[in-house]
Amino acid sequence: MMRLGELERAVMDVLWDRGTPLTVREVAEALRNRELAYTTVMTVLDRLAGKEMVERERAGRAWSYRPAASREAYIAQLMLDALDLSSSRDAALVRFARSVSGTEAEVLRAALAEEAAGGKGTTSGEEAADGKD
Amino acid sequence: MVYAVHFAVAVLACYLIAQVLTRSTWTYDSPRVAIICWQAVGLALGLAAIGLPLAVGLAPYEDGVGDALIRLASGELAPGFGLAHAALVAGGFGVGGVLIGTTVICGLRALSAQRRHRDLLTLVARDDPAAPGALVLDHPSAAAYCLPGVRPTVVVSAGTLSLLDRAQLAAVLSHERAHADERHDLVLLPFTALVRALPWVEWVRAARDTVALLVEMRADDRARRLHMDGALAAALLRFAAAPSRVTPAGALGIAEGPATRPLPITLSVADSHLDARVRRLLTSGRPPRIRGAVALGITATLVVTTVALFVG
Repeated sequence: MMRLGELERAVMDVLWDRGTPLTVREVAEALRNRELAYTTVMTVLDRLAGKEMVERERAGRAWSYRPAASREAYIAQLMLDALDLSSSRDAALVRFARSVSGTEAEVLRAALAEEAAGGKGTTSGEEAADGKD
Repeated sequence: MVYAVHFAVAVLACYLIAQVLTRSTWTYDSPRVAIICWQAVGLALGLAAIGLPLAVGLAPYEDGVGDALIRLASGELAPGFGLAHAALVAGGFGVGGVLIGTTVICGLRALSAQRRHRDLLTLVARDDPAAPGALVLDHPSAAAYCLPGVRPTVVVSAGTLSLLDRAQLAAVLSHERAHADERHDLVLLPFTALVRALPWVEWVRAARDTVALLVEMRADDRARRLHMDGALAAALLRFAAAPSRVTPAGALGIAEGPATRPLPITLSVADSHLDARVRRLLTSGRPPRIRGAVALGITATLVVTTVALFVG
């Protein structure tokens, strides 16, 4: 039996790697080698939607799901927290040392803003990088 | 009125001790003692801030705050107890409510931020044999931190892995585990809450920053028990000198190495703390036992006296 976190991760990996909205059946299909029940995949996607990590939309008679943000955007969010640069200063973490310039914060935020503006759920990082330089 | 004067003296004493503790450097040699002193000062200050308006308001009872409150609650009105007195008593409870309320809200916010952070880590962080017992985030900036909680998690970035050698990384991981073991997040919580409640009071902010520094030094001490001093100091210096290597989202990944030109490093407030930490690691001083004992004695007396003012 896999832990719930591992399942969520596996499902997100499928959504990220495919790059297109997928139905529960398609996700279950992609995870065939793990022998997951359809309902299990549905539950996991439900949970992820509840945490606002995936977005769902009607696709005919079924729901289709896509990541709310790219993997890189989530890492950027975590790094903003880690470097104590996020807007919410909730003392949630204890850090080793801080050594960040304002520029670093700007770059991280810009990356997130870009993400929010377009290219959702894709991994079009190289283009973003080119646009930046 | 004599109780009110005592509370006022207690507030003043807290303020003065906080000033002394903020400016002292002997605390760097025994951070744990200093942290306990700070907690005592914080507790005494909170109690005195609640007690002062209560004592002024209850002055007509010519009794201890506790006894006077009981008499008031049982409906006994002392001669001369007017509306202004009642307002002051309410004010005392108000101060208490604000202090406890902000701390609770601060704690809840931290919990929810931690939950979100943990959820995201589940999705994107990975295990790495190079950092046993820690999660790794694939990002070229150097970061190492502890996500506190019942199941604490130590996280380092890929940038940290490429920045530090094996001994340095081991020292940093021990440092972070010390934060987790001693629940330093909870040590800091009331001070963070106080800064939130009184954002314009400069010395409260200074106190919070000082406690934050002491907590780091305490974790450094725990780490240096297991590793050579040099490794931790070197790790700190490398963090301080780490060029910002953040690239736009998507162009990340350790394989690409330093992706952009190193940015100039600007020394800031955080760096003066870093400097103090490095210096004490390189010149290991003997803990100032006498000064520490005196400070503990004074602050403990302060707490006991303030509590006694409520009872007596």
